[in-house]
Amino acid sequence: MNQMAALVDPMVPAPFRIERVKKELSDTFTLDLVPAERKRSISFLPGQFNMLYVFGVGEIPISISGDPGVGDKIVHTTRAVGNVTNAMWKMGVGQTIGVRGPFGTAWPVEEAEGSDVVIVTGGIGLAPLRPAIYQILANRQAYGNVCIMYGARTPEDILFRKELEKWRGQFDMQVDVTVDHATGRWGGKVGVVTKLIGRGGFDPHHTVAFVCGPEVMMRYAVDTLVERGVSEKDIHVSLERNMKCGIGFCGHCQLGGDFVCKDGPVFPFDAVADRFVIQEL
Amino acid sequence: MVQDMGLDKLIRDHPFFEGMDDEALELIAGCAANERFDAGQYVFREGQPADKFYMVRHGSVALEVRAPGRDSIVLQTCDDGDVMGWSWIVPPFRWKWDARATRLSRLVSFDAICLRGKLDADPALGYAMYKRFVRVIAERLAHARLQMIDLYGIGKE
Repeated sequence: MNQMAALVDPMVPAPFRIERVKKELSDTFTLDLVPAERKRSISFLPGQFNMLYVFGVGEIPISISGDPGVGDKIVHTTRAVGNVTNAMWKMGVGQTIGVRGPFGTAWPVEEAEGSDVVIVTGGIGLAPLRPAIYQILANRQAYGNVCIMYGARTPEDILFRKELEKWRGQFDMQVDVTVDHATGRWGGKVGVVTKLIGRGGFDPHHTVAFVCGPEVMMRYAVDTLVERGVSEKDIHVSLERNMKCGIGFCGHCQLGGDFVCKDGPVFPFDAVADRFVIQEL
Repeated sequence: MVQDMGLDKLIRDHPFFEGMDDEALELIAGCAANERFDAGQYVFREGQPADKFYMVRHGSVALEVRAPGRDSIVLQTCDDGDVMGWSWIVPPFRWKWDARATRLSRLVSFDAICLRGKLDADPALGYAMYKRFVRVIAERLAHARLQMIDLYGIGKE
């Protein structure tokens, strides 16, 4: 830890100014945040999260959805589903948000070099994976086949649609999208995201998989990946629990012997497989 | 004949038929034919006799329900490699949905009348086919249940 980092108290939020607000979907938005007080470089690893504080309302954990190669701002994408995110939804450019972080473990993007990479995600689960996709694309030649499999509720709920289309058009990765519900106007696939795994162009014995989405989806996705021959140790999942302090002190996010905020949110599946089947956790 | 030989290999290589002996595969291939559907063309319509089942070679077929005054509702799409249709083994042998090609699709069709006769005459072959269809049906049921539960719906903060 360098001297500057040692001086930063992880429990004290730093003020960040909203530089840009982008409405992604009817209930989902992206905030670009820049330091409010002085210009400083921002670094994080794909998969990590920040605690975002709307002053006077509350603080919540939100994954970082921006490009780790861009060091002057931090990007978060979230849905307006509760008090804090609804308050955020109403905020505008120039307003201030408190930021603590980044916290937690990362997707093993560098460790996956030399392997095929399969990204299975659904709904807003694409947001915490987008930094990993950016990092892979920045060093594309280091990987084998790269497959993104994305599921959404309806065609109108497809997150980062333009980017998915762009990635699909780059000819160096397989991007497959499916929705659960659609009308005849939709010309794409209809069905669960796990169905895409069976058709993915990857070598299961030389594949690292990143899975992020609702936990039910992740359970079935992991089952399908294992059925195809991907080893549990090569499957990584991002878990969500009630993170509060972000540094493993308060215990709110305890999952068996781990704290999701500190030991996660990204876990190798074989490290948490036994807990996936315990309903009380 | 060349086309038939191609069909024979297609059927033999498809995971659905994995483990079937040569004699059974030959019987099944004898009921098979190549078919092509353009985008928008119906493969079958709700209520029509279910006299075939299909294997999607390339393309995409939407299984959908028509509703007056609104767009059709797509229940699922069948894509490369999928086996489509089991109404041919369930009386009264009529399609429950429409099947519409969403783009140019090449399918292998299996004649149900031809097949039902062979399966009735050879219970071992019938059992082998039914075992395979039970797997397809179970998978579809599991997927349909997942689609029903609004997996990506509103979470909590």
